[in-house]
Amino acid sequence: MSSEQPLQTGADVIIKALKDQGVDTVFGYPGGAVLPIYDALFLQNDIRHILVRHEQAALHAAEGYARSTGKVGVALVTSGPGATNAVTGLTDALMDSVPVVCLTGQVPTHLIGTDAFQEADTTGITRQCTKHNYLVSESDRLAHTLHEAFMVASTGRPGPVVIDLPKNIQMLPCPVYVGKDEVQRDSYSVPGSGDFELINQAMGRLANAQRPIIYAGGGVINSGPRASELLRELAALCGVPVTNTLMGLGSFPASDPQFVGMLGMHGTYEANMAMHDCDFMLNIGARFDDRITGRVDAFSPGSFKVHVDIDPSSINKNIRADLPIVGDCTAVLEDMVNVWRKQSLSIDEAALRGWWGKIDAWRSIKCLEYDQPKGGLIRPQHAVQRLWDLTKHRDDVYITTEVGQHQMWAAQYYRFEQPNHWMTSGGLGTMGYGFPAAYGVQLAHPDALVIDIAGDASILMNIQEMSTVKQYNLPVKIMVLNNEYMGMVRQWQQLLHGERYAESYTDSLPDFVKLAESFGWKGIRCTKENELDDAIQTMIDHPGPVFFDCCVEKLDNCFPMIPSGKAHNEMLLGDSSKEEIANAIGSSGAALV
Amino acid sequence: MSEAIIRRTFAVIVDNEPGVLARVVGLFSGRGYNIESLTVTEVEADKHRSRITIVTNGTYQILEQIETLLRRLVPVHKVQDLTTDITTVERELAMVKVVGTGDTRVEALRLAQAFGAEVVDASLEHFVFEIKDAEEAVNRFIDLMRDLGLVEICRSGVIAVARGKEAI
Repeated sequence: MSSEQPLQTGADVIIKALKDQGVDTVFGYPGGAVLPIYDALFLQNDIRHILVRHEQAALHAAEGYARSTGKVGVALVTSGPGATNAVTGLTDALMDSVPVVCLTGQVPTHLIGTDAFQEADTTGITRQCTKHNYLVSESDRLAHTLHEAFMVASTGRPGPVVIDLPKNIQMLPCPVYVGKDEVQRDSYSVPGSGDFELINQAMGRLANAQRPIIYAGGGVINSGPRASELLRELAALCGVPVTNTLMGLGSFPASDPQFVGMLGMHGTYEANMAMHDCDFMLNIGARFDDRITGRVDAFSPGSFKVHVDIDPSSINKNIRADLPIVGDCTAVLEDMVNVWRKQSLSIDEAALRGWWGKIDAWRSIKCLEYDQPKGGLIRPQHAVQRLWDLTKHRDDVYITTEVGQHQMWAAQYYRFEQPNHWMTSGGLGTMGYGFPAAYGVQLAHPDALVIDIAGDASILMNIQEMSTVKQYNLPVKIMVLNNEYMGMVRQWQQLLHGERYAESYTDSLPDFVKLAESFGWKGIRCTKENELDDAIQTMIDHPGPVFFDCCVEKLDNCFPMIPSGKAHNEMLLGDSSKEEIANAIGSSGAALV
Repeated sequence: MSEAIIRRTFAVIVDNEPGVLARVVGLFSGRGYNIESLTVTEVEADKHRSRITIVTNGTYQILEQIETLLRRLVPVHKVQDLTTDITTVERELAMVKVVGTGDTRVEALRLAQAFGAEVVDASLEHFVFEIKDAEEAVNRFIDLMRDLGLVEICRSGVIAVARGKEAI
């Protein structure tokens, strides 16, 4: 018997590096240019490969996996169309700062530039939609590049990284291997703790504020669960109201009396009014996105703004910060809590009481209230509300969404208590995100209840993934708020385009129950309020995947709403008259999308 | 925030690796920022490092964005603002082809001498002048040549280094 080891190839090194990085799951789709990697995958048992049905889904699944675990999500796709199909998912991960490493096959090095079969300039195409990318043209660089890619993806402001791997590099003998701890990059550094003097000043300002607010975003979640704990600690110490961005939901418990709800275009009245009227704003890990600020020159005009961000380029990009602190949220929050404690700081109680009085008055408007006729058609708000009611006793519920009205209703009516339990496409607004993200979450949390709250239009964008879910018998639930419209498009057409509903009716929808059954899923449908609870419970109780076609009121709009081009104190509420709505948005606002 | 447009020169030290220039240029084009001039070449062969000099313009806020976005790129080692806090020596090299005979030809040569330009190629009907100076001086020289038979301009773009003994 020969003791000679078979020669280690590039593909072997790739697998070895993935194992060293602790990768247990890879989402991918094979093809000619990645066959050697698939061969190496086949010959081992540590890494599980999940066969998606479209490369876009591989990226979203990796995102869901990453966002629910804090680990790096990994995707593997072939050259050419495999890589171009991944572009939307990469851009999504870039916009929402999700750590993802995507391995793409490439034609052999000697064919690059010849318009070879399934050749695309992958590094060229993905340069602008990744945090960084690599083309490995020498075997010796393979291990180093893989480890560096994981480091870049997961540190600092996280993001997607592409490694383009020519087929010959995968096949050639590759004797060189370096461990992940041996890899560093001189030109790459990430901020750690913030400037202590600035943190001191920020806390001093907070202590002297009359109308303070904390505005926390996805950066708190990306920084790890400790940051969310510290945020709660800081808020408890100083007693000020806290609002979350769409990406930040779960970083502060929705049940906490200090939580004033999500802010922004479809945020609560109290959160937006408090943002507008505050005299001190502590932004932690949020980026003053246009969906948050509304009209920039009218955004929180009287406040002193502290902006904590790990990415210096986020600071002063949209809104000028009076006191910028560059650093990781966990480290900065830790220092803030310590400063507050050590100096025994406190806020003027009378002022804070007065501020809460104002906020309670705004709250009393109950901007999220709705009427649900007994036994009548289901209001979409009510569908999410009941889903929450029937699942709130559990701490293992993960919600993902697609993009549109249902996404906003999910954000408004499902209440998140913990970080990493809410996955939605915030920055890019990718329809088709939520379903693959949901099974990515499910693979990381096999026993959890993972629900994709979807719309009838969005779900069709990655519907083929029902096959993936069936193959691995994942108990993912899809709950479609089916109004037969691209609801948000229809809402904008109603409000901004004279009720001309161009192409926003989702004609020729499939029978979702039959569709589910054809994929081997359980399908359920419900059309009446008095059947809703049973349907939701059936969905939850079924041990396998369920497609719940929840038929809702067709023409409901998502309120409250800051019309584009307007300020936070110019919100439209649910009971706004038609004329108010028609007059609310000028043509300049209409151009803002 | 001031909306005044400011001109600024940045020196950027990068790893000389494939795609690095595209990353820098893509940052400008992708976000709608201007590049007035750009030069790039390897400066430390043993470390595979290149120096990129970029002359750009924008509001204060945009220039701040450009600087932080450049620093954010993985292969970027250092970014130095060569306009704001330090004094610098800036140079540009131009080669200018001027065609003519008689008085205009003599005048072109005389002006070239006055500007310290060298003749690097000549025939009985043309000169190629090489001028190496601050950008404004190069501009002035080229403007003067326009009436004296200027047919072709070739410019290197600005390079700049901070005065004093400190290195970037």
